[in-house]
Amino acid sequence: MTVADALMLALGAIAVGSGVFVVTSTHLVRAGFYLVVSLGAIAGLYLVLGAELVAWVQILVYVGAVVVLMLFAVMLTRAPIGPSKDLDRPALPAALIGGGVGLGLTVLLVDAFRWTEFELPPPGTGRRVGEQIFGAWVLPFEVLSILLLAALVGAIVLSRPDIGARPDPNAGPEPEGPPPGPVDESEEVVARLQRIAERQAAAQQRVRDQRAAAERAEQAELDVVEGELVEEARQTDPLADVVLRAHEARPKPGGPPPEPKRELPGAPEREED
Amino acid sequence: MTAAVLIAGIPLLLGIAGLLLPPGDDEGRRRPAAALGIAGAAASLLVTLGLLLFARKPIELSTHWISLGDVDLTLGISVGHAALYVALAVCVVALFVQIYSVAYLHDDPRYAPYAAQISLFTGAMLLVVTSGDLIGVLVGWEVMGACSYLLIGHDRRLPEAPAAAVKAFLVTRVGDVGFLLGVAILIVDAGTSRIADVLTEAPHPAALILILAGVAGKSAQFPLHTWLPDAMAGPTPISALIHAATMVAAGVYVVFRLYPLYEQSPAALAVLGVMAAITILLGALSAMAQDDLKRVLAWSTVSQIGYMTGALAVGSPAAALFHLLTHAAFKALLFLAAGAVIHAVGTNYLSRMGGLREHMPITFWSFVAGLGALAGLPPLAGFWSKENVLTAATHATEGGGAVPVWVAWLVWLAGLFAVGLTAWYATRLLLWAFFGVSRAHGPDGPDWEVGFDDARYTQPALPHDPPAAMRWPILLLAIPSALLGLAAFAPGFRTALELDEPHLGVAIVLPLVLLALGATTAWWLWREVPGVDPATALGPARPLLAAGFRFDDLQDRFIVRPTRALARAVTTVDEKVVDATVEGTGTTTSRVGEALAYAHRMSLPAAAAAVLAGALLLGAVAVLFGAAA
Amino acid sequence: MHVVIPYVVAALLFALGVYGVLRRRNAILVLMAVELMLNAVNLILVAADSTIKSALTGVQPEAWANPVPEPRAGAIFALFVIVLAAAEVGVGLAIVLQYYRLRRAVILDDVELYRHDHERVTG
Repeated sequence: MTVADALMLALGAIAVGSGVFVVTSTHLVRAGFYLVVSLGAIAGLYLVLGAELVAWVQILVYVGAVVVLMLFAVMLTRAPIGPSKDLDRPALPAALIGGGVGLGLTVLLVDAFRWTEFELPPPGTGRRVGEQIFGAWVLPFEVLSILLLAALVGAIVLSRPDIGARPDPNAGPEPEGPPPGPVDESEEVVARLQRIAERQAAAQQRVRDQRAAAERAEQAELDVVEGELVEEARQTDPLADVVLRAHEARPKPGGPPPEPKRELPGAPEREED
Repeated sequence: MTAAVLIAGIPLLLGIAGLLLPPGDDEGRRRPAAALGIAGAAASLLVTLGLLLFARKPIELSTHWISLGDVDLTLGISVGHAALYVALAVCVVALFVQIYSVAYLHDDPRYAPYAAQISLFTGAMLLVVTSGDLIGVLVGWEVMGACSYLLIGHDRRLPEAPAAAVKAFLVTRVGDVGFLLGVAILIVDAGTSRIADVLTEAPHPAALILILAGVAGKSAQFPLHTWLPDAMAGPTPISALIHAATMVAAGVYVVFRLYPLYEQSPAALAVLGVMAAITILLGALSAMAQDDLKRVLAWSTVSQIGYMTGALAVGSPAAALFHLLTHAAFKALLFLAAGAVIHAVGTNYLSRMGGLREHMPITFWSFVAGLGALAGLPPLAGFWSKENVLTAATHATEGGGAVPVWVAWLVWLAGLFAVGLTAWYATRLLLWAFFGVSRAHGPDGPDWEVGFDDARYTQPALPHDPPAAMRWPILLLAIPSALLGLAAFAPGFRTALELDEPHLGVAIVLPLVLLALGATTAWWLWREVPGVDPATALGPARPLLAAGFRFDDLQDRFIVRPTRALARAVTTVDEKVVDATVEGTGTTTSRVGEALAYAHRMSLPAAAAAVLAGALLLGAVAVLFGAAA
Repeated sequence: MHVVIPYVVAALLFALGVYGVLRRRNAILVLMAVELMLNAVNLILVAADSTIKSALTGVQPEAWANPVPEPRAGAIFALFVIVLAAAEVGVGLAIVLQYYRLRRAVILDDVELYRHDHERVTG
């Protein structure tokens, strides 16, 4: 039991404990803050494990950016300040699967490493990581940068409805009122969107009315035709007619032979004989 | 001498050309059909006659066709004088049938294909006769099967015609399977399909017996004879063609052609002999009880073909061929004359005839000649050929031949006994149809119906002799029926058939006595109780005989029904197992697809839970089994 | 140093993340739980990075296992994952906000994946 072990145990306890609060808290905002604590503790773990750069990046990116972004999202979705009632589903399946995963992984890892003593590596420096990133891993690094760019563009496109919006004939009217939350659209855009929505709503109403009228007419016509058909069937049953006529018209096997088409050629000759 | 190819070629080609003619009832369409049919038979007849007069030695043409492994297949013509005589008989009968049909089917709308099919039929038979190659024989054999099916089923208005056609086709097909296998064994054994080469090889007995199965099918021998009486549903000229010239003669001719092989196999000859003896008696006994004019003749054909195969079995192919020729003459005459009778009275039930002699003198005398020849009345044709067959059987009973002695005795006794039976039913037919008073109106008054409106004639006021196109073939056929037997005294004819000189010794007394006995009995029965069918004297045996010993029922019970049951079972298995498996695959796939689609539409949290639970499960499985391994 | 401690911490954090993803209905809270899971993975990467050197002592490194003089790529991976997480959070929050604009709520249970009838969704 070294100092490193003690530190790791403590930091691990903090990370797991606040993680528990992240997934159980009924306050959205508190969950975010517990996440900060948990991620910070993990950054501490990185430091103990000698990955300094990763630790600082963790603090910067996660604590500084990701969590803040999430808190913004919490704010923009108008989450209640107090506890929310409907944050959770029934716990049993989640607890079963989560507990199973945790138990399984823990058993696996404990069984793999036991209480083995490892030599603590020398604290890493930014130099080593930098050399590796720009040496051996430069291609994945570039690919990652493209991915980041794509994510950036995607996020912008997603959050700006006026970019690439198509007039969708099936789409209903936009929600009433100015768009909620963060989208600070200009007055012009809002007005245009509203005009579009109104036109679409009117057109849809027109189409719906026409369709309903056509259906009503068709139904009425159908009723009339059906009535006639029933009437006709009552008067002359076509099936019975076909069957009976065919029966009467069929040739009788034992009946008299058909009429001869011509006179028998032998008949006149008989007198000569 | 390559003209020999034309003997079979002309009718085949003209038949195929005739099939292309449009069907129809008007004169403009019937004329070319009739012209094609008659021209085919006539041209073939002329070529045959020319070859018979000018060819000095047998014609052998052979060309190599294809080699399959060690087997050389050839196509060839092999025409000896015997084959030419058979071809002559076939051509004459076919020509007369064609001419006769023009009048007989004068208002049939499907005359054109009918005439073309007769041409094809004739050509196929001539191919069997003239082919010098087993492949050619096989082709002709199968074409005949197809044509017989088409022609027997020609009159679709008859309720029994399609069934009869199917029966004829299927029953002969049973035998044809054996024929095909036998021919295949012969070809493979000899390494070539040329008959002349095949004959030099020692045969496989199984091949010969398999070929006999095909012969029994085509020639209506026991136990595959059942199709022939039912084939009477076909038009009467077709019956004449099938019975006299083409179909049934083919089997006898094939055995004759391969006779050098059969001589080496006593087993095959014994099978043939037993078959022949049974067939002779079966046919003769069944003919005694029939009420249908054509069926009497049909059963008599069965019996007479039995004489031919019997002659083959006792080692006298010449006698068989001689009987084939005389039988062709008198059976064609009898059927064409029977057609005239049916044409005139509108029925083929003997119980509706009677007293036709005054009204139809020509037909009557033709019948006398034909029935006399059939019964073997000297000096008509049948007497000489039948005497030959019986003499050959007598010789064989003395031993020394290829055939076992007991078989020869069997054939001889059957043949002798059947002479009496034949005389009995021939006399009964003549008396019952042509003498006495007319029974046309039946016991219940005049409003009976036409039982067989084959040619769609209404009932004429009085029966009469047929029109010229039908009369002349009958008259011309009466000549060979009466006189062909005397050809046995012509040295050239004897040489061609390798026939013995007829010798009128003591041996002919016994058949003649039996003949007189049979004829007298029939006459006495008819005379004793006027107006009653002599066949009533058969008593309780009559229905059994009329039904041909109920062989149809036996076949139905023991072959047709089990086969059908098997077919139904196989169908059921096919539908319930094979099809169901295939369809079940599809149904299962779409069901699973639906289930998956439902799973795909699960709400997000449920889907996430499922995915994570699945991952956990997989991990657990991997750890457990990884640890176990 | 006992490396099992950070590993167990990572396992527990991951389990908490799974639990949070499955338990929470609010999309933002789900994103937070996802961040927990990502950090657990990062922690494993860094822990492995800092112990691999001593774990490999005495093992002759293969050519394919040693592409660079010092094979401590775990930290690099951790950095990459952090960047990915940032991108994910950015896009994810944009989606959440857009959804909120449409529906005035960010409850995941109400997201209908299979109904494309816009009229019914908005009306």
